[in-house]
Amino acid sequence: MNDAVNDIQVEDAKSVREQREELPLYAPRVKVFPKHINGLFRRLKWTALSLCLGAYYLAPWLRWDRGPDQPDQAFLVDMASRRAYFLWIEIWPQEVYYLAGLLMIGAFGLFLVTALFGRVWCGHFCPQSVWTDLFIAVERMVEGDRGARIRLDNAPWSATKIGKRVLKHAIWIVISIATGGAWIMYFNDAPTLIQEIIHFEVPLAVVFFIGLFTSTTYLLGGLAREQVCTYMCPWPRFQAAMFDEETLVVTYQNWRGEPRGRYRKGESFDDRGDCVDCKQCIAVCPTGIDIRDGNQLECIGCALCIDACNEVMDRIGRPRNLIDYTTTANLVARERGEKARYRFIRPRTLIYFMLLSIVGGVIFFALATRSDLEINILRDRNPLFVTLSDGSVRNGYTFKILNKDPDARIFTLAIEGLQSPQMKLVGSDKKLAVQTLVADPDRVSTYRVFVSVERKSLKNDATDFQFRLIESGKPEHRHGSVFRGPKK
Amino acid sequence: MANKIGKRTETTGHVWDGIEELDNPLPKWWLYVWYACIVWSIGYYVLYPSIPWLTGYTKGLLNYTERTRVVEDIADARAAQAGFYKRIEASSLADIRGNSELLGFANAGGRAAFAENCAPCHGSGASGGPGYPNLADDDWLWGGKLEPIYTTLKHGIRWPQDEDSRVSDMPRFGEEELLTKEQISDVAEYVLSFTDKSSDAGAAERGKALYTEQCVSCHGESGDGNPEVGAPRLNDAIWFYGDDKATVAAQIAGPKQGVMPAWQGRLDDTTLKMLTVYVHSLGGGQ
Repeated sequence: MNDAVNDIQVEDAKSVREQREELPLYAPRVKVFPKHINGLFRRLKWTALSLCLGAYYLAPWLRWDRGPDQPDQAFLVDMASRRAYFLWIEIWPQEVYYLAGLLMIGAFGLFLVTALFGRVWCGHFCPQSVWTDLFIAVERMVEGDRGARIRLDNAPWSATKIGKRVLKHAIWIVISIATGGAWIMYFNDAPTLIQEIIHFEVPLAVVFFIGLFTSTTYLLGGLAREQVCTYMCPWPRFQAAMFDEETLVVTYQNWRGEPRGRYRKGESFDDRGDCVDCKQCIAVCPTGIDIRDGNQLECIGCALCIDACNEVMDRIGRPRNLIDYTTTANLVARERGEKARYRFIRPRTLIYFMLLSIVGGVIFFALATRSDLEINILRDRNPLFVTLSDGSVRNGYTFKILNKDPDARIFTLAIEGLQSPQMKLVGSDKKLAVQTLVADPDRVSTYRVFVSVERKSLKNDATDFQFRLIESGKPEHRHGSVFRGPKK
Repeated sequence: MANKIGKRTETTGHVWDGIEELDNPLPKWWLYVWYACIVWSIGYYVLYPSIPWLTGYTKGLLNYTERTRVVEDIADARAAQAGFYKRIEASSLADIRGNSELLGFANAGGRAAFAENCAPCHGSGASGGPGYPNLADDDWLWGGKLEPIYTTLKHGIRWPQDEDSRVSDMPRFGEEELLTKEQISDVAEYVLSFTDKSSDAGAAERGKALYTEQCVSCHGESGDGNPEVGAPRLNDAIWFYGDDKATVAAQIAGPKQGVMPAWQGRLDDTTLKMLTVYVHSLGGGQ
């Protein structure tokens, strides 16, 4: 199958596209057997993989002290009690716009990075790439490298083949379960949940979600792999909109490589390009494409082909980076013999950076000035007012005091702007000029307050006044409202 | 997929402004997803209501309907509330009011029951109207404490089907010719003088003697009323039908007498209790 040409191994590899073009209406999947390669970008990919997986599996176990009766998990989305905890930040359901802000930061950040460095996200940090890479590593560990895997795939079923396949899928499933299980940890107290899992006491919903994420991990990372990127993911379709000629992309320098051709040791490179057509770049590609076809949708920018090509260039004594991580502008410049230059500050990147800064700034400002107390006062509208038997006029108000503190807060409620008002709380019989409201910790406390004044003290059918909520040692809260009475 | 540089793929032959429509094959997994959807839909046809006929539709093996689902959901909600219902059933009205948890539940349940049963007469905000008492104020015909409100709700007012219904029968002084028109006018003046609304001191003075003779037993010497017999207070700022002399005189001559249904039998005791607590909390409860 492989014919070695002067110790440079030439792979019998065809790009997915080459193979696909021979196919009828419904194209079966073209199997990709990525070959292992060592090099700078492979090391970067390992680093990114370790960082991503490490963060994903370990983050739920981080503890964060929030005081008594509060969850001590650093990252926790507690659906049942409707709270999300991120380190020192506690999000209530009505503050879900922080999540929107986070997504916007993610989007603009992605735009900026893509405009600068191409598909770094796709190649190194996207969960699909990370898990696919992990699954391929497992596959290589069990079945061997590219050649062995192709042979195994073509071989008839035998005990060895069955054994290897079973082992591979078993490891994949274990990884998938660990993945699905870790996801659930973000929504439950991790140590408690582990205890429950060990004792088979998990609620059905947890089992369902572990099953769901296990099967999607197995299906997408293990079986579908690059098809997710080429067929399912919308990002490759429009990420090119962030590209311009100054964007770093994985590029085959065809001016240097062409005309390509097989190479025998000792031959001169005078009348030919540097590409020896060894197809190593195709063999290592996790999406099975030929980078020499130019910039294409399927390329996830992992740059493993650069590692593969550089190895070959070193061995034939030609300059490195025939496949280079460079810009289209530089490609053209080099072809003309000009010096390559990189422009990272461009209108496009400036705009993305500005958008990122604005959204980030707004979110940061909102978080920094976020109040742990919210007081809402709703006036009764039906009836607008009630005339009492002694001729005085009464209005009703509903107080909703949202206290995000872990401690109760006590407020003295007074009124400014009405003549000798009397207040009564529903549930109590005391009619007083000043009332005490207790805001229970970490919840919304509701009070109904009836305010009555002498009718003759009202000059209009609507009188503006203010509720004062006084908390000892803290700035007082004032809330304007209206007191309605009969028309004069 | 885009065309490979320097090579051609099949096209459908469609060209718009020089742009060709490529005829790339669908990936096989896509085809499998489509088959899976077809299989799924067959299962759906068999299990769920699906094909409409002229007079009905196929019911499906699961016999699923949205209606039974709603009935089940309501039953589930009832079951979830059962604990509260039991506690309210077992608690006295005062205890319900004293417990903030029960008070909250009773107020919510009472509000729903009020909207369904009481709002047509008393208004959605319970502020009543002419002939229909305002339940949010502090003036009560039959008493504004928890127990009297509960009794009124349970047995109604002048409700013939209920033996314990509250009944008060003010004489029809004009229609039964117990008093002359002038006498009625004088009494009305006197009644209005309780709240300084009288414009004729002489007539009020004449009416005082008649009032003492005819009205004091129920409405009291100074017009304080008597919730025991449903006699309204006449010396406060709240007037059931109106505070002008003509209305007061008309009410003496031929009193309008409102009717409220007895709710026992229609509403269960727990609901009556919740309604009582809710009405009591509207602002006028004593």
